[in-house]
Amino acid sequence: MNPQDYQWPKADCTRIPYGMYRDPDVYRLEQEKIFQGPVWNYLALEAEIPNIGDFRTIEVGDIPVIVNRARDGKVHAFVNRCAHRGATVQRLIHGNAKAHVCCYHHWGYNLEGNLVGVPFARGIEGRGGLPEDFDKSAHCLRKMRVESFNGVLFGTFAETLEPLEEFLDTTFVNQLKRLFNRPIKILGYQRQRIHGNWKLYTDNLRDPNHGGLLHMFQVTFGIARLNQTGGAKVDKKARHNMSWAAQDMGKNHSDAEYSTPRENNNLTLKDGSLLLYRKEFPDDYNLTIASIFPNCIFQQIGNTLAVRQIRTKSVDEFEIFWTFYGYQDDDRSMDQHRLRMSNLVGPGGLVSMEDGEAIEIVHRAIAADEDKHAFVEFGGRGPVGDQDNLVTEAPMRGFWMHYCELMGITPGDAAHANA
Amino acid sequence: MPMPEHYFELQMLLDRYARLIDEDRLEEWVELFTPEGRYEIISRENLAQGFALPLMLCENRNQIADRVMSLRKANIYNIHTDRHLISQLHVEALPDGWRIGANYALFQTNQEGVSSLYSVGRYDDEVRELDGQLLFVCKRVIVDTGAIPSLLATPI
Repeated sequence: MNPQDYQWPKADCTRIPYGMYRDPDVYRLEQEKIFQGPVWNYLALEAEIPNIGDFRTIEVGDIPVIVNRARDGKVHAFVNRCAHRGATVQRLIHGNAKAHVCCYHHWGYNLEGNLVGVPFARGIEGRGGLPEDFDKSAHCLRKMRVESFNGVLFGTFAETLEPLEEFLDTTFVNQLKRLFNRPIKILGYQRQRIHGNWKLYTDNLRDPNHGGLLHMFQVTFGIARLNQTGGAKVDKKARHNMSWAAQDMGKNHSDAEYSTPRENNNLTLKDGSLLLYRKEFPDDYNLTIASIFPNCIFQQIGNTLAVRQIRTKSVDEFEIFWTFYGYQDDDRSMDQHRLRMSNLVGPGGLVSMEDGEAIEIVHRAIAADEDKHAFVEFGGRGPVGDQDNLVTEAPMRGFWMHYCELMGITPGDAAHANA
Repeated sequence: MPMPEHYFELQMLLDRYARLIDEDRLEEWVELFTPEGRYEIISRENLAQGFALPLMLCENRNQIADRVMSLRKANIYNIHTDRHLISQLHVEALPDGWRIGANYALFQTNQEGVSSLYSVGRYDDEVRELDGQLLFVCKRVIVDTGAIPSLLATPI
């Protein structure tokens, strides 16, 4: 049903109707209002497509998109769906092309997404073909507006939207400057298919409270000590969130550092090398998870650096597409270190595998009760700002308040407050 | 030049490898590796593009044992049983052992008895005899199923 018809009893989104995660009508509207709405979607990294003609095919929400570098040296992004009859134009997920030609009827598009070739447009010997008034310029691939920030590519379908830096806001601009402070190199990709709604994942990312409870590796083997400093920062609209922690993981080789106050968890790894943090930023943050509304996450977990792109598949399924990177000036030892430490994260990550399970057990259990609500009060009620501790899920509410704004929902409004 | 008895012994090693995972005897599974034994799971997508990023990487037997200890003591994951099917053993002689390849399919079954194909791919292994026992010096799992369903906890 219509998302406005669900009951939103609280203006501060401390109650979220389960239907938001299960209802196909909500999902369809999100594709229009969120992913094609006034947001900058993460597309790819410039380092993935350094040369003219290099392309990657990605998705923005459900929409297939080609991201490529054109002859002008700039990156262009456009919908990967032929303007003729809707076929996928570029079928490869990456490569180098002079043009993108649909295999069905050979309509050809240049690297800016303009239609440049239509075979038999005039028919053969005057017979068949397209009408005289056919105009190629009216049949280009739908284009996204693209902006690059320190080599990170964002795109939007929105006609009017604040510039990228304004959208990201100070904390997140600074974070991208920090993470992409010099040329990077791609280390590889990971993909994870989770059978749950994509927003259960954006919630998870804005809920630092679950870190030390669900992800027990950290506590069991001493990555997250209970006395660590941490918190969360948000943008002016609280739609983006950066969870952060600062501590020195490199000092955790004594028993005292490994052990935790938790019962029976006085365990030591036989080989703790994957926990050794090599300080590589001028600050003390060794964990930063910056989630940009709606579809991406920039993570630094120790020395693992990655971007995660959320690709929606249906109301019940999404893919996390991980792009891992290091810096071009990393030596062989640092390359190996990053690969070793990648064991901590991703679908098989020692500190992250639980997220897949947590999302799926929520998604399954709420199926029968779309009119009931999630309870979101860790970190308090009311407006959402920066959080000075990790025992909070308030940034989740920041996401939802902005989500409601884009979806045309007025939470707490009398019309749907009587839950 | 591998002789039929070598095929037989190597096939028995793979059978044991699969059975120990399928029966959740992971502590014994660890013992199928030499102390320097390396265990790696990597997607075919990454290999094809020349990327080294693994899905799981244990550089020695201690790290493999740590993975298992973490599964037992720390991690939360989907409750399931595994079932391996391994076929098409390929054997090449190395100066000090064998390089073997095989295809695998791994099904997972949940508590309600619903089975699904979890992963399909290929093993690319190096095996050596140590104290009369064939052990993995290196086991590389190349997954075709790079889009990991739900999560990756138990070994493939």
